[in-house]
Amino acid sequence: MSTAQIEINALSKRFSADSPLVLEDVNLRVRQGEFVALLGASGCGKSTLLNLIAGLEEPTSGTIASPKAAFMFQDASLFPWLSAQANVELALQLRGAPKSERRTEAARLLELVHLSDAAAKRPHELSGGMRQRVALARSLAQNREVLLMDEPFAALDAITRDLLHDELQRVWRETGRTIVFITHNVREAVRLGQRVLLMSSRPGRVVAEWAVEEQDPVALTAEITTELRKEIRRHAA
Amino acid sequence: MQPETTLVEREAPAGTGLPGAAPDDDRAFEKGLDALQQETRVQSSWRSSVTKALLPVAALIAVLYAWQMYVWIARPRPDQLPGPADVFGTLGTLWQNGEAVETVLTSLQRGVVGFAIAVVIATPLGLLLAQSKILRGAFGPLISGLQVLPSVAWVPAAVIWFGLSDATVYFVVLMGAIPSITNGLIAGVDHVPDQHRRVAHVLGANRWELATRIVLPAALPSYVSGLKQGWAFSWRSLMAAEIIATGGTLGFGLGALLDQGRQFSSMATVIAAILLILFIGIVVELLIFGPLERHLLRRRGLLTGGSR
Repeated sequence: MSTAQIEINALSKRFSADSPLVLEDVNLRVRQGEFVALLGASGCGKSTLLNLIAGLEEPTSGTIASPKAAFMFQDASLFPWLSAQANVELALQLRGAPKSERRTEAARLLELVHLSDAAAKRPHELSGGMRQRVALARSLAQNREVLLMDEPFAALDAITRDLLHDELQRVWRETGRTIVFITHNVREAVRLGQRVLLMSSRPGRVVAEWAVEEQDPVALTAEITTELRKEIRRHAA
Repeated sequence: MQPETTLVEREAPAGTGLPGAAPDDDRAFEKGLDALQQETRVQSSWRSSVTKALLPVAALIAVLYAWQMYVWIARPRPDQLPGPADVFGTLGTLWQNGEAVETVLTSLQRGVVGFAIAVVIATPLGLLLAQSKILRGAFGPLISGLQVLPSVAWVPAAVIWFGLSDATVYFVVLMGAIPSITNGLIAGVDHVPDQHRRVAHVLGANRWELATRIVLPAALPSYVSGLKQGWAFSWRSLMAAEIIATGGTLGFGLGALLDQGRQFSSMATVIAAILLILFIGIVVELLIFGPLERHLLRRRGLLTGGSR
């Protein structure tokens, strides 16, 4: 279990030569099959970090070693002209899955997120939570070892979010993916992650780390919240 | 609580549900939530759609009524403004002697062929310009300018180049339609959300797949509205060309009928020809472009209410 799947060393990022550092000296190792929650206030560069891991951006300095990753965005980003099933099938096709398997595989993935009944529906006919579940099925269709999630549940109501937390945990246990999950919600981080990393803002850096397992979630949430508030107060001056 | 490290999903045993699947209660909770959160669409009743279809008919009757009243009360000279009965009488005559069918078919065939050629030229042109920043910078303003230029302006040039032949008519139609179609496609490609491209990248699409599976479908509604506008320009340009360039090897189209009405000072023929031209325009819009556009937008959830 100790093999590092994602390894980031001394990573820094600025968007142009004269702009401030967004990320500074980030070091991170994520084990295979691990669920890491990356916590930080708005604008701390956590999305940038995820984009770098996904290869959507290039680092300014430092190294990133990660296998190709699947990605889930804050909005489901489904293609509006395709049904739920066809969205998943497109991911299978782009990954190179043979045509004969696509239909059954897409149906299986939609069943995994409990959406078999909605397979023929188009994104605009689905609720926000259902769209995110289709997006989850689509990212699983990529069949990549690493799943990067950029605040995928932030725009959902509390009931739906709770449901999707359960669902994501179940899917994670069933599929053994390595997941890096970004959030600004401490409860969500503690609820989902095996490990919670706190990022500072401007520049973004990993400043603290907690192992969630075998800790009282309420006490841990309080502790992390205190740290996050301390980090945010630092910017008041 | 260590996770499975296998990278392939475990197969669900047949009939027993997925391993670790939520109990029935949770599943029902989830289904209930899905049902509550999905938009329930109110299907418009056939009554309201009948009303919607009847409104333009009522408007048409009102216009005819006003026209007839004006003719009865103001008594204009019949060679200036004939009454509806005279015009429909002329239409009946044109129908009986076959001229109505001949002119409509001649014009429609030219319009369709010209429009088809325009599509074949404009589509690759639009794709090329949408892809290449340099070509776009060079030719973009010219094409936008041509879209504003009334294509009638090309008629004299076309007559000098091609004489009174079909080539003249097609040239004017092409100059009218190509800029609209090209610009519609360029606008469509431009407005493909960046997020679509990012998703495509994450999903591992190569350039070809990005173009054919994501960019083109995303640009389709704008392309279709470009086609619709292109057809309107084709039809207008065609009429202009037919009115001005008559005779020679040119067949007898609606524009020529219109011109003939003017030469014979037959206002009834002129109005009858205008009605035929209008009728074709409305039929093409109602039967082809309207439904196509609505279908595309509805599939994407972009048509709410739908008043058109």
